[in-house]
Amino acid sequence: MADADDIKGISVRVRGLVQGVGFRPHVWRIARELGLTGDVLNDAEGVLIRAFGPRATLDALLAALADRAPPLARIERIETAPLNGPAPNTFRIVESGAGDVTTGIVPDAATCPACLADIRDSENRRYRYAFTNCTHCGPRLSIVRAIPYDRATTSMAAFEMCPACRAEYDNPADRRFHAQPNACPVCGPRLWLEGADGATLPLRGARDEIDATARLIRDGAIVAIKGIGGFHLACDAANEDAVARLRAEKRRSGKPLALMARDIAMVERYAHIAPPESAALESSTAPIVLLSRRADAPPLASGIAPGQTTLGFMLPYTPLHHLLMEGLPGPIVLTSGNVSDEPQCTANDEARERLSGMDRPAIPDGKPASAFPEIAMADAFLMHARDIVNRLDDSVVRLAAGRVRTIRRARGLAPAPLSLPLFQGAPAVLAMGAELKSTFCLASSGRAIVSQHIGDLEDAATHADYRANLALFERLFRFTPDVVAVDAHPDYHATRLGEALAAERGLPVARVLHHHAHVAAVMAEHGVPLDAPPVLGIALDGLGMGDAVSDQPALESPHLSAGKSIDNKGERSDAFQRTHRPLWGGEFLVADYRACRRVASFAPVPLIGGAKAMREPWRNLLAHLHVAFGWDEATANFGDIPILRRLTAKPVAPALQMMARGVNAPPASSAGRLFDAVAAALGICFDEATYEGQAAVELEALAASVCGQDFGHWPIAARKLPSRGMGEDDGPIRLGWGELWQAVLDDLARDAPPAIIAARFHVFLADTVADTARSLARREGLARVVLCGGVFHNRLLLEGVIERLAGDFEVLAPALFPAGDGAISLGQAVITAARAIPASPR
Amino acid sequence: MIHGAGGRATAELIRTLFRRHLDNPLLAQGNDQAAFAVEAGRMVMTTDAHVIAPLFFPGGDIGSLAVHGTINDVAMAGARPLYLSAAFVLEEGFPLADLDRIVASMAAASRAAGVPIVTGDTKVVEKGKGDGVFITTTGIGVVPEGVEISGDRARPGDVVLLSGSIGDHGIAVLSKRENLTFETEILSDSAALHTLVAEMVAAVPGIRVLRDPTRGGLGATLNEIAQQSRVGIRLEEAAIPIKPDVSAACELLGLDPLYIANEGKLIAIAPPDKAQLLLAAMRAHPLARDAAIIGEATQDPHAFVQMRTRFGGNRMVDWLAGDPLPRIC
Ligand SMILES: [Fe+3]
Ligand SMILES: [Mg+2]
Ligand SMILES: [Zn+2]
Ligand SMILES: [Zn+2]
Repeated sequence: MADADDIKGISVRVRGLVQGVGFRPHVWRIARELGLTGDVLNDAEGVLIRAFGPRATLDALLAALADRAPPLARIERIETAPLNGPAPNTFRIVESGAGDVTTGIVPDAATCPACLADIRDSENRRYRYAFTNCTHCGPRLSIVRAIPYDRATTSMAAFEMCPACRAEYDNPADRRFHAQPNACPVCGPRLWLEGADGATLPLRGARDEIDATARLIRDGAIVAIKGIGGFHLACDAANEDAVARLRAEKRRSGKPLALMARDIAMVERYAHIAPPESAALESSTAPIVLLSRRADAPPLASGIAPGQTTLGFMLPYTPLHHLLMEGLPGPIVLTSGNVSDEPQCTANDEARERLSGMDRPAIPDGKPASAFPEIAMADAFLMHARDIVNRLDDSVVRLAAGRVRTIRRARGLAPAPLSLPLFQGAPAVLAMGAELKSTFCLASSGRAIVSQHIGDLEDAATHADYRANLALFERLFRFTPDVVAVDAHPDYHATRLGEALAAERGLPVARVLHHHAHVAAVMAEHGVPLDAPPVLGIALDGLGMGDAVSDQPALESPHLSAGKSIDNKGERSDAFQRTHRPLWGGEFLVADYRACRRVASFAPVPLIGGAKAMREPWRNLLAHLHVAFGWDEATANFGDIPILRRLTAKPVAPALQMMARGVNAPPASSAGRLFDAVAAALGICFDEATYEGQAAVELEALAASVCGQDFGHWPIAARKLPSRGMGEDDGPIRLGWGELWQAVLDDLARDAPPAIIAARFHVFLADTVADTARSLARREGLARVVLCGGVFHNRLLLEGVIERLAGDFEVLAPALFPAGDGAISLGQAVITAARAIPASPR
Repeated sequence: MIHGAGGRATAELIRTLFRRHLDNPLLAQGNDQAAFAVEAGRMVMTTDAHVIAPLFFPGGDIGSLAVHGTINDVAMAGARPLYLSAAFVLEEGFPLADLDRIVASMAAASRAAGVPIVTGDTKVVEKGKGDGVFITTTGIGVVPEGVEISGDRARPGDVVLLSGSIGDHGIAVLSKRENLTFETEILSDSAALHTLVAEMVAAVPGIRVLRDPTRGGLGATLNEIAQQSRVGIRLEEAAIPIKPDVSAACELLGLDPLYIANEGKLIAIAPPDKAQLLLAAMRAHPLARDAAIIGEATQDPHAFVQMRTRFGGNRMVDWLAGDPLPRIC
């Protein structure tokens, strides 16, 4: 022991994801090793350490903190200050009281190696126990009901710890110290297996429920399995019948199904894996990783991923999944337990009702033949009594341009905060997000917390989830908004909810342009400083509400009338104003956090039938050809091409009339619909797309199939049309697609293979986007280019554009947050926060 | 052709035109007002300005619409309509023949309904300051004893009934106006609903809410009621009547029939134990042969309207700020 004179005191403030991750016992162990005295506690700002000891030992503590942290912790900052006062005799952990403020909750984490060892060790008391977890792994957001994050406020409250578990929980030296979901076979949740009729299924010689489930799956059954964030439906991925039945029952005709494999080695048999991809698979997030399928992969059911060159794989992330996969020779389908677009079931009764198929009308075209004759979607249910409090879909990621990029941010990723260090002093912003891939965002005190992907708010259950999640997050993070940010679209359910909430609480509403939000979200993710020079934002997506002021009617087409009221009662109304609000989706914006100015856009093309154009790609093909040539000229010159003959069989006359008269055919500068149109021209999803973005996804897959071949380029460039200025000469440039369509139809007339045309289109579009960006950025003197919008989930396009621009510009693309609308809430939040902070002079 | 305000000849022409079609004793007195005895009890009064393009559409025109619309607004209080007034704003240059056709149609509608137009006015505005013709009609009526119908009276558990198929009027008008042709011509459902209401009120005096889902359609109207009554409403998609040709037109146009206007349909909300009685009374009337129970009111502080779809999911049925704009991205 050192002399009393040498003893110094310091207080150490640790900020970041440091609560609920075993940080205090971690500090406690280090302090004990070093022989320091003092204490460690959680408070509103994170973890506070008060340590006393010789200078060198205190330095060693700081070094150890910087060096190693618990697996789930993420330290953002460590601040120290000298501390006076008498040194205590011991080092202790100060318990958090019910009144203490905590800083939130960490994402759910995949089973850690130590817990995995426990469940595989036949001597361990948790041998084959499905709910094994510790401070370094296990459920978090999925089970929490309130703060403080404590067993009593989680769905583990129903399970009283046995003495053995309690001892672990109370022992700072134990890996399970304060692991709120700590449990064992004696005291924790148990599994049971029941049939579609609700009766408990006999194990028939299987050693436990998990083993019995594996047998059912091997025999071709569909089993509903209660997971971390919701129910999954599982079946043998190689069983053609089971997969076909699953698709039919789920009414999910085209969307790829996720797979789970036992380990990396099993995944490798089916798909190519690069190091960042295997790292993602094995991370504590354990997301679905979209991988490129091997040509020599063992057979899988044809219905797994129709029209795709990728497979979505994940690895087991709970003990249950590990044990299940150990009993299976190959991968399983593990898809969300729901009917088509509804949210996955979370409650046992809900799953019984919805997944048993009893509440749905019979499928018209009859059931596929099967060994399991029930009308049920699931033949059996693997259940347990731990409630799923918060629905969490599986996260989805994909490697593109050298980084693993988030496509859907949910389990394992949310609600990790994003630091916004330069936004100190901004108001607390609640941002409501977008409509279809909705998330919300709480931004305050220099950090943004984005909710998990919640989904399509038109679905009533999803809408209810959104509201429940919002209320929970406000409690979890002790968040009180000063302002509510919403999308500029007046009819988004999220906009409505935000308006209602603001009215209720007397808060101002801030409206944010959809595509500005897309750009700002990427800026925030990359930590672009508040007063940095503007960027050139390239926002390519399906659709978002644009800005009326900077928009003018399409120039190049004499065939269109401007949008007008379709008030169907026939009355004149204020609708005139409204329909003149443009719809955007292929935009080049000069943007900073506070403002944006449109400098170029895709030429507007009518959406024949509004939202119907998203479902039926032929409508976009017709609209694009009509804008490019006029329908009569198109048929006169290319009428013999089969796809045009197919188009002629559609109700073209009323569709042309809709465009001519502006009847529910609003012009939109949508990049997504351009992809749809080109896909339709190649016969992809011509009549119907069964899920959002299907045509574009399949078009990319088709193009990717000839990757590396010399497919030849079109010697063309997009026509740059100056906008009809309202007194100004340099209105936004319009990118017209006449040359593109000429090239596509010429190729089709020559019987060029669709894959070649698809590949040429991707190259053309990357060239067009990059060339336009280059000239605009030079003209405007911009050094940074931001890529965003759901269309940039397309890897070929993302990599193509980055490749073309990276040498000359700093190119920022989304990775932590989705390129698509899941990031809109983040963008809305930072824009609204930034607008409240006075600009500092440059 | 109608000439400017100074055209004395036109003024006379118009006067005789009105007199020829709208002959009734009160109007014939030639006063600037109609005088009549008032019955005891609660009276209702409503007014509606009618502006529509096109003026003539399959199944009706602005004249019959102006009569039906106002009669229906009176009737939706459970009232028996008594009298109407009509005010015309004509644009200079409007064809006299069209006016003649419109007034004749109004007269026919009013006669058929047994609700006379007892006073009126006409103004002519300069060319370019109007759009052919605007008609404002006002109606008064009396509410029978014991009937108390209002948009704020729906209670959780109440049953929602609809008198027939949705979307006919809006699609008829739209297709005529925009020259869209469909396989079969879709006719407006424009009709006066007061005799139906009389039968309904006689059968179930305790009807809580009546409303005609005109502009904004079923979706907007149910949202209004839900807001007024502070209840939720749960609809059953499969139960909502819609004609196949209207449905097909909506598919092609990308329009949601829930938001398409109707001019001869009503929504009724009644206590659950009276639902079958009310349904039977409705179906016995020629204007509500296809009446159906389409949903129920629920306990919901948010006053959301939701619909169980044919696939078993539940969809939010929100009101729209104006024309439907795609919400997709
Ligand atoms: Fe978007
Ligand atoms: Mg009215
Ligand atoms: Zn663990
Ligand atoms: Zn235990």
